[in-house]
Amino acid sequence: MSLWVTVVVASVLAFGIKLAGYLVPESLMAGERTTRVTTLLPVALLAALVVVQSVTGDAGALVVDARLVAVGVAVVLLLLRANFLVIVLAAGAVAAGLRALGWG
Amino acid sequence: MTRDVSLPTTRRREVVRQAWSVGVASGTYGVSFGALAVAAGLDVWQAQVLSLVMFTGGSQFALVGILASGGLAAAPAAIATSSMLGIRNGLYGLQTSQLLHVRGFRRLAAAQLTIDESTAVGIAQPEPRAQRLGFWQTGIAVFVLWNTSTFLGALLGNALGDPRALGLDAAAAAAFVALLWPRLRSRDATATAVLAVFIALLTSPVLPAGVPVILAAVAALVVGLRHPGRHEGPLEGGDGTLVGSDPTP
Repeated sequence: MSLWVTVVVASVLAFGIKLAGYLVPESLMAGERTTRVTTLLPVALLAALVVVQSVTGDAGALVVDARLVAVGVAVVLLLLRANFLVIVLAAGAVAAGLRALGWG
Repeated sequence: MTRDVSLPTTRRREVVRQAWSVGVASGTYGVSFGALAVAAGLDVWQAQVLSLVMFTGGSQFALVGILASGGLAAAPAAIATSSMLGIRNGLYGLQTSQLLHVRGFRRLAAAQLTIDESTAVGIAQPEPRAQRLGFWQTGIAVFVLWNTSTFLGALLGNALGDPRALGLDAAAAAAFVALLWPRLRSRDATATAVLAVFIALLTSPVLPAGVPVILAAVAALVVGLRHPGRHEGPLEGGDGTLVGSDPTP
């Protein structure tokens, strides 16, 4: 398999998977229980994604580093009702600062 | 894309600002991707096609990462892993298609822009109009910045510096937490998030990349199919009411 074939096949598959979510007939998605599940789906996937992004390292092993501290700072700022942009910038600054000091 | 004229200007500005700050935090990561892709043996155009057509960061990093370590012999594994990681976009589509009600070309555009960021900003908004605006603005912001920075990264390699040194990876994770936060006022959403976090923590060390996040969909199934008394209404319901602000009927 050439590199181009790999790139194109993987890309087309990725788009096809995205489109599949839009091609499910609306009548199938209309039920009350189905609506409840589809409404909660992004919450579940994004919550899991945050875990993967903030505490997993190579091969999925759990690690504590600057990312987890930054997310902790974000949660504190959320509790203090800080502005969205402030939260994102503060988290980035904390992680950058800790790494500049040689940790995480 | 969508002209949401009837959204108050302050809200409109708020949503757009949120969309573009997420766009900057995630989009600039394309520099890493471009540099990594070229280091893995892809040329600039192959890296660019991935960012334009595949357009889903996790899958792109996985594909070039596996190709970098295993060469072309690892191509089937690379394709399988990138597709596995892309499945969550299809699951997002089940929800975002309900928010957007798009047909024809717009449906293709919406599908292509359905990624973590656009979904997160979309569902974080209480009003349907703001949900649509948030989805499109974020999708476009990430698409433009991700592709521009991929090109720069592929051309200049690591000369542009490591986004991790700027803490951009942590900023992106924090943005997702902040976007989920308002949803957690609903008890069902909180239960779903907590269960999903446990599933991800327990399965990440033992399952291949991408699988833990998809497996977390079980949390939505378990909570959503449980007793029907405490649900939140569909997101389209009631203009202006805060979704999940009161879970009890």
